Amino acid sequence: MSGFDLKIWFVILVLGIGTYLIRWSFLGAIGNREIPEWAARALRYTPVAVLPAIAAPLVVWPAATGGEPDPVRLTAAAVTLGVGLLTRNTLLAIVAGLIALFGMLYLWA
Amino acid sequence: MTPEAKPVLTPEQQRVLARSPAQCFRHGIVQSLPFLLVLVPFGLLFGVLAAEAGLDLAQVMGFSVLVLAGASQFTAVQLLTDHAPVLIVILSALAVNLRMAMYSASLVPWLGNAKPKQRAMVAYLLIDQTYALSIRQFEDNPRLRMDQRIAYFVGTAVCACTPWLIASALGFLVGRAIPESWALDFALPITFLAMIAPMLRSLAHIAAAGVSIVAALVFTVLPSGLGILLAAPLAMATGAWVEKRTEGLRAEART
Repeated sequence: MSGFDLKIWFVILVLGIGTYLIRWSFLGAIGNREIPEWAARALRYTPVAVLPAIAAPLVVWPAATGGEPDPVRLTAAAVTLGVGLLTRNTLLAIVAGLIALFGMLYLWA
Repeated sequence: MTPEAKPVLTPEQQRVLARSPAQCFRHGIVQSLPFLLVLVPFGLLFGVLAAEAGLDLAQVMGFSVLVLAGASQFTAVQLLTDHAPVLIVILSALAVNLRMAMYSASLVPWLGNAKPKQRAMVAYLLIDQTYALSIRQFEDNPRLRMDQRIAYFVGTAVCACTPWLIASALGFLVGRAIPESWALDFALPITFLAMIAPMLRSLAHIAAAGVSIVAALVFTVLPSGLGILLAAPLAMATGAWVEKRTEGLRAEART
């Protein structure tokens, strides 16, 4: 086994255990203890706080274009967001976004 | 609670409450079916990128079975490709997954009284999709029994997690045949955006998302993953602060 293989397996094992402990944390260790009001209030905003932070750099500086802002991907992102806001439907937004993406990539090429 | 204040159940809520655990399980499967459209291309893409990074099939499956968290798997493989130090790879990928502690906490009111073994299983299967569907189902139907809740959650997990494993393996096998012009890379941001848009129901949610975006873009100068670690708490605090302020204004308007 090469050094690279060992490195990968080390990452997989530590990341696997760490991720499991993160998921288990409150459900497993803290059980049915009451969550303080301020924490409950903050938790309501978890998805809307984390997901845009992951998505924003990927949208503005996509890896596929080497980090250059790309009109095709920006448009697809805008279509996804617009359809999602109008319909409140995640699936429709994904389908619309992918159609916009592939449609424009086809026209561009 | 006084009898008058007792909420009247809608026909939809009554239908949900009347389901057996087996029906809840199937309901969970059906409701997570749309995610296949995203999870399958994601899994394929993960297999493709992992193959390009020099991983073998066992390592690809190791990631998908043991880590089971798309965004962090992509982060880890990306950084391994860049030959980043092991510590940076692990910390960055864990930072991407920190949000799951918050999922774990927000499920406590609903699943905190389940058996320890059930909670251990839920923890393993707690991904964006199973969380998003389940929390909505539990909040919309607060009177569901524990066995109904667990059955629904497992249903969503079967349908969301299994295809992820299969697609990762398939992606590894057929990866090199997928042309780059397919732009599968952008399936991830599109999914995130599609999940975010319906959540923007109030001023507080919009403010939180706005801060999250600006902070994440500013913090991209930091090593990958750390930006999220800083942007997320800022955005959460913003959401909580705006919510509290809005409530205060409403209370003032009433008096």
